This record gives sequence, structure tokens and C-alpha cells, in this order.
Amino acid sequence: MKKVESKLVSTNLLKSPTGIQGFDEITGGGLPMGRPTLVCGSAGCGKTLFGIEFLVRGATQFNEPGVFMSFEETNEEITKNVASLGFDLDYLVKHKKLALDHVHIERSEIEETGEYDLEGLFIRLGYAIDSIGAKRVVLDTIESLFAGLPNQLILRAELRRLFRWLKEKGVTAIITGERGEETLTRQGLEEYVSDCVILLDHRVTEQTSTRRLRVVKYRGSMHGTNEYPFLIDEDGFSVLPVTSLGLNHSVSNDRVSSGITSLDKMFEGKGYYRGSTILISGTAGVGKTSLAAHFSEAACKRGERVLYFCFEESPSQLMRNMLSIGIKLEPWVNKGLLQFQATRPTFYGLEMHLAKTHKLVNDFKPNIVILDPINTFVIGDKEVEVKTMLMRLVDFLKSNQITALFTNLTSGVNELEHTDVSISSLIDTWILLRDIELSGERNRGMYILKSRGMAHSNQIREFNLTNHGVELSNVYVGPSGVLTGSARIAQEAIENAEVLTRKQDIERKKREIERKRKAVEAQIESLQANFESDVSEAVKMINIERDTINQLEQDKIEMAESRKADIIKKKNRNPKK
Amino acid sequence: MIKEKKIKVKSSKDILDVALSESHKGKYILRLYITGATVRSVDAIKNIKKICEEYLEGRYELEVIDLYQKPYLAKDEQIIAAPTLIKKLPLPFRRIIGDLSNKEKVLLGLDLREIKKK
Repeated sequence: MKKVESKLVSTNLLKSPTGIQGFDEITGGGLPMGRPTLVCGSAGCGKTLFGIEFLVRGATQFNEPGVFMSFEETNEEITKNVASLGFDLDYLVKHKKLALDHVHIERSEIEETGEYDLEGLFIRLGYAIDSIGAKRVVLDTIESLFAGLPNQLILRAELRRLFRWLKEKGVTAIITGERGEETLTRQGLEEYVSDCVILLDHRVTEQTSTRRLRVVKYRGSMHGTNEYPFLIDEDGFSVLPVTSLGLNHSVSNDRVSSGITSLDKMFEGKGYYRGSTILISGTAGVGKTSLAAHFSEAACKRGERVLYFCFEESPSQLMRNMLSIGIKLEPWVNKGLLQFQATRPTFYGLEMHLAKTHKLVNDFKPNIVILDPINTFVIGDKEVEVKTMLMRLVDFLKSNQITALFTNLTSGVNELEHTDVSISSLIDTWILLRDIELSGERNRGMYILKSRGMAHSNQIREFNLTNHGVELSNVYVGPSGVLTGSARIAQEAIENAEVLTRKQDIERKKREIERKRKAVEAQIESLQANFESDVSEAVKMINIERDTINQLEQDKIEMAESRKADIIKKKNRNPKK
Repeated sequence: MIKEKKIKVKSSKDILDVALSESHKGKYILRLYITGATVRSVDAIKNIKKICEEYLEGRYELEVIDLYQKPYLAKDEQIIAAPTLIKKLPLPFRRIIGDLSNKEKVLLGLDLREIKKK
């Protein structure tokens, strides 16, 4: 989108970069070069500052000297006013980078006596431009002429001539104009300056003010058409093109620890994804901030930078409270790794908060941003606005690969899974903390409602705040329901006792078996002994018998020898035995 | 086209008279800023000369300055319109813009109307 825009610009229209943060992005390069631009808005909306910054940035960053012609403030006043923004006009004037001219018109001093023109002004401006070779001109607020000079006809004709003359001179000009009732400017300057019109606005809704900028018209160029919030702070003007940037941010497979080992275990043992958005929601006093503080401490220990927005507690109060659970944040603040930003959400409008956050993030370049809590933004009926604001913020942080952790206070038990600002769809990891009331006790339970892209645990854990931080323990889930706190401990004791008796039973049985085995073995032994003695007896008998048989045979042979009988037969018979 | 004119008319008619009138109403110091030889510039010079000679004879100092020649004077003298006649003295300081064709208004601007009535 941006590329296309800049391509168009290069072929169509040369642009003069303003150097104003964000403005060049929404206009695709700045103001139309060599043409006048009308900047209009009501009193105090920053017209003059816009002009001054255009000149100062031009002189310092783009080497384009400029002329500031003021019809209201004197040179001294302007110099003093913008010194607070770090603009040293005196220096620029001295180095011929800037020319200041205060046109003073006092109605009471002027008498009209016939035909005249504003050639004097032309000469004056022309002289100022030529003396420093100016490329940029700011006329602030030329409408004052209408108050000083009574003849409107002459004035209008001369203004038309002036703008044409500026174009011929080839200077990029800003003409400021006060907002009129129905027209953009009180005197209808938009008739004469038609190339580019920028409207500044300072609106107060519900007692909070927001400055906004809109490019009403930009001939020959594409431009952002939305209202963009802008800031005026110690660094000057910054416009924030904070509309949704689309969903094409690159993602990281890196994991960052939550700071609690047992919680990391619930996320596959590794923790959150870097650059993801984490929401911790829960009722009051369940430990949302403690989780956030753990996360911050762990990040600082890794040497990462953390930007912590606290909207309810002052930084010192938060640090003191976290010390009670053993989280020491102060050293990290001193080291510059942790920065607290404590403002009441009501201090300024939503857009301003967003703008401020943008700015702080760009300045501090944190790895982790914590918003604690986000629901305080919802004052009145602004849920949709809060949601869009958070969406932009999430987009912005994601595109910068910043891990964001939001806490959200939910009001009632019924709505636990309904965040007040209904941003759940924007959230990657959602941890829910809830209190479980059981047998006269209030205990904290925790579970992961969702965590995109990881196999997270589905278990409810009991969440304990100890003096060395947050601890998670398994809750008892049994036939009598979910038990936490002392009920869990009691139940666990009962179970432990049961297990013990069972174990003893087993031991006893084992011993019995052993005893039986031994008895049987003894029996077997005695039987064996009996059997062996029987066997030896029988062998003895057999031997005696055999001897007897042998004796008989011998006797027979001797008998036969004595009678001279056949001996061979008997010899055959012998081996058979 | 570009001319720079300096007209200094000093009367030596009656020194006492001049001194008296100066102490009364003061001497008129007038500057006419013009932008080149335009019709308006020429008209303005013509008109102011006429008025001065008619009403301020002998007690005025008129300087005609071309802004094209001395553009820096436009800033110093806070000039935007041309032609511009500046009455530096006597006070109050006043700018009279235009070609000075409206004689009544010029006289009003120069605080000469009441004097005439007297």
C-alpha cells in the first residue's frame, strides 16, 4: 500500500517533507511542494505550532530555509513559546535558516483614503524569502488582515493574488486559518487555497480532550482520510497513523518465560510466544498484577526491556506491594530496563492514550509492554471505541514483535469469560484467574482459557501467593468435586493415610508369603531326606539279593563241574543278567 | 520606472511663526511609501503634495520612498498596503493607506480637520 502510494507520488506530485512524525506517512511524503496548503482549526488546536515545526524541520533536516510571517504573535513571543519544544529560533535566524516577520496591524492607526493594494506585503515577503533563499513560507494567521483592513473587496482580490504569487515563487507555503461557523475558515480562505487542506481539531468528550488531524483535501495525491490523533509534547508535533495495519506481521517461534516455572509447564514447559498478546483476566484481588510483575521481573533478568503502564497504582506502591511476594522490581527500574508509566486513564482521551503509548514504545523500544489493567479505559459507553483502540494497539505491538500482557478486571463471576471490552478475539493467550469459594475459604484458581498455537494444559491449578512469588499447585479433583485450600490439604491427608495403610497391608502379606514359603521348603527337605534313606536301604537289599544270586550261580557251576555237565549253556545265560 | 524622490520643503517666511506653530502643533514628519511608478503611486504623491502645501505649508517634512528600492523598510515600518503615508510626528502615529484621493479622510488622518475649523 505504502509502496504504491510513494510510486504515485513520484510520478504525480513532488512533496515537501514536513518532518513531523507521522504526518508524512499519511500524506505519502508531506505537503505539496511549491504550493500553498491551508491548515485550519479552532483556537488552540496547534496551527501555529504545525507551521513552526514545518519550518524548523525544514531548516534543520531538509536544508530548506523558511519564512515565518506572523500576523498575531510577535517574534519574541513565538521564539519564547516554541523554546519549550526545543526549537531554538534565534539560532536559526542567526544562521539564515529562518526569517521571522511580525506583521502588526492596528486598526486605530489606519485610515483608508482611496485605492490601494497589498504590494507592501508582497515586497516584504519577497524580501524575506530572497534574503535567506527560503523554500518554505508560513503565514499565520493571514485572516487577521480582515480585522485590520476594512476594504474586503481589495483584500480578497489581493489574497488571491498573493497565493498565486506564492505559487509562482515556488515556495511551499502553509496558510493558517481560524475555523469558521460553517466554512472551514472564518473568511473562506479555502476558496483561494485549494491544493491541500488540513483540518486540526481539539475535541473534548467526557471531559477528556483529544487532538485530531484530518487531511480534508489533497489535490493530485492519495492520502489517509481518517482523523488521526496527534500529540503536542516536549518534542513537538506527532501525528499517529494508528489505523489497523493489517494482519501481515511476521511471527516468532521464540518463547518467553512467564517467570513462573509451574506456569511455563502449562505452556509446553516453555512459556508464552514472543510477540504474542496475553490477557490475564479475573475478579478483584486474584493476583493479576502479581503475574504481570513476575513476567516483568523475568524479562528484566533476561536483560529485556519492559514498559509497564499502570493505570491504578503508582509505581512505588506497586513495587512495594510486589516486594511482599518477593518480586524486586526497583533494581530494574534503576538499571533502566523497566519503565513505569502511571497515568489515570481519565487523564486524557483514548486516542491520546494510544498516541502516548505509541510514542513511549517508539522511544523506549521495549521487548515487553504491560497494560495493567485495560478495563479502566471503559468509562461510560465506549466499549466499541476501547476495542478499536486496543486492536490498533495490539496490531502496533505485534508488528514490532513486542510481547504484550494486559490484565483485565472482570466484574462478576457470571461474566468471567466475557471480558468487559470484549477483546478476546485479539488475544493469543488468555489466562483466567478465579476465586473458588469452598468450605468458608476463598482460594485462587487458575486455568488457561486459550493459547493459540500450543498444546497447553487443560488443568485448573491452584494459585498461591507466597513470600517468594506465585506458586501453582494441582487442585484436588475427586468424587467430591474440586477442592482447594485447606479442603484440598485435608483431602490429601486422608488419601495419604489410606495409602499408608494399604502399603502396610502389602508388607504384611509379603511377610506371610515368605513364612509359608519357608515352611513348605522345610517340609520338602524332610521328605527328601526320608526318600533318600529309603533309596539307600533298597539299594542295600538289591545288592544283597544280587550277591545271593551270584552265589547260587557259582554254587551251580561248581556243582556242574563236579558232575561234568554242559557248561556252555550256562555261560550264555550269564551276560543276560 | 523606479524613482526615489526626496522632497524637503522648508519655509523661511516667518521664523517666529514657524517656531510658534511648531511649539503648538509640532512639525509634521511624513513618509510616503510607494511601489514604483504605478498610477496609484503617482496619484498619492500628487495628492499629498497638494494637501501639505495647502494645510502645512512650512511645517512639514515629506519623504517619498520606493519600497522596491528599499524592501527592508517594509518590515521595519510595518507596511503592508501601498501606497502608505506614515505620520511620524506629531503623535499619535498614524498610517494612511490608499492613493490619498479622499481628501477629507487624509485630513482626518493627519489631524488637520479640527485645526481648519478653528
